[in-house]
Amino acid sequence: MEFYTLQEFMTYTKGITYLLMAAILVGITGFWLFLTDRDEN
Amino acid sequence: MSRHDTALYRKELYTPFNLVAGIILIIGCVITVLRFTKGLGTVTHLDDNYPWGIWIGFDLLAGVALAAGGYVTSSAVYIFGMKRYHSAVRPAILTGFLGYALVVFALNYDVGRPWRLPYPFIMQQGTTSLLFEVAACVALYLTVLFIEFTPAALEWLGLRRARNIVTKLTMLLTIFGVVLSTLHQSSLGALFLLAPSKLHPLWYSGYLPVFFFVSSIIAGLSMVIFESTLSHHYFADKMDKTHLEEKEGVALGFAKAASLVLAGYFAIKLIGIAVDNNWHWLATGYGLWFLAELLGFVALPSLLYAVGVREKNLTLIKWTSGMTVFGIILNRLNICLIAFNWHLPYAEKYFPHWMEIGISVFILTIGVLVFRFIVTRMPVLYEHPDYKDTHH
Repeated sequence: MEFYTLQEFMTYTKGITYLLMAAILVGITGFWLFLTDRDEN
Repeated sequence: MSRHDTALYRKELYTPFNLVAGIILIIGCVITVLRFTKGLGTVTHLDDNYPWGIWIGFDLLAGVALAAGGYVTSSAVYIFGMKRYHSAVRPAILTGFLGYALVVFALNYDVGRPWRLPYPFIMQQGTTSLLFEVAACVALYLTVLFIEFTPAALEWLGLRRARNIVTKLTMLLTIFGVVLSTLHQSSLGALFLLAPSKLHPLWYSGYLPVFFFVSSIIAGLSMVIFESTLSHHYFADKMDKTHLEEKEGVALGFAKAASLVLAGYFAIKLIGIAVDNNWHWLATGYGLWFLAELLGFVALPSLLYAVGVREKNLTLIKWTSGMTVFGIILNRLNICLIAFNWHLPYAEKYFPHWMEIGISVFILTIGVLVFRFIVTRMPVLYEHPDYKDTHH
């Protein structure tokens, strides 16, 4: 991917980061459930 | 002491461990004399490209991270009120105190003129320097850990009044310890922000201070499990009923926390790659090494801890703690040495002199011997009978 301006670079990397954040929010929630579903109350 | 007692004492003294430790101490003393009489050039491979070798990468950076068990455990017990982990506090504080004391000890070998170590506090005006902040925090935190550990020593010495005064400071010292640790653990990572052209882009990130701080929590949690495993193996006879009963709960609780923090650390490392658009570096030799660290020593231990907690598999948790501790050491060595000066041809890269490794082993051995001296005498792995149920 070629970037010619800082604006292009930021738009691209921020976009990827936001998508990653959404995946992480879902992933960490799933991982938390995996980690704790056998906990005794 | 009768002749029989003397013979028995000698037999106890000449164990394989003591003999190996004795040999290491003798070699260490010889290298120490060489270091302070002939200079750094005689005992190290340090040069202008690598003024920091394993005495910084291993003894200091990894040492400080692995000594984080003190603030992690004391804040869990005293600030978050998780009293079920109380038996882990004293061993963790002791490990932390010895860890920091040995970091300062090792620093005397590394700096050119060690007698100038107090200079940051009395001679210079550069209070905006990160190294000043690290020096101030480490000096203060070492003092905090010393005071936090004194109740065990005072109970051993029978100084009840002094012990009761110090235990009243517990909460204050814990809060102070967390603040100081947050500051200097992150600042050690921030030191490398100064070298964007020297550190490989996959390890270099504006988030380095965050990475160092978060990974220190992982190191602290794993080190408590790792140290507890070794203590239960070698000092089980020194432990009281409470300590033995709480053992499983401490391992499971700390493993669960470590698993979650490792997952979070993995996530922020990915974000670090994304914000700098470093994905293309992953397909290079250094990229594979980076992936080995990230997948093998961050993602995998996170999953193994989680499986260990779900299955209540303490053996898996213990092995995972060792793996995580190794991963933290690898991360610090990668940042300080392996991925540092990555543009240099292989022939100009740093590899430690055997005497540098010798001093690191010497210092580690001193730590193990002092730890053994203390836990076999002071109430660290058990509650002193005169102070039962006076938890501070």
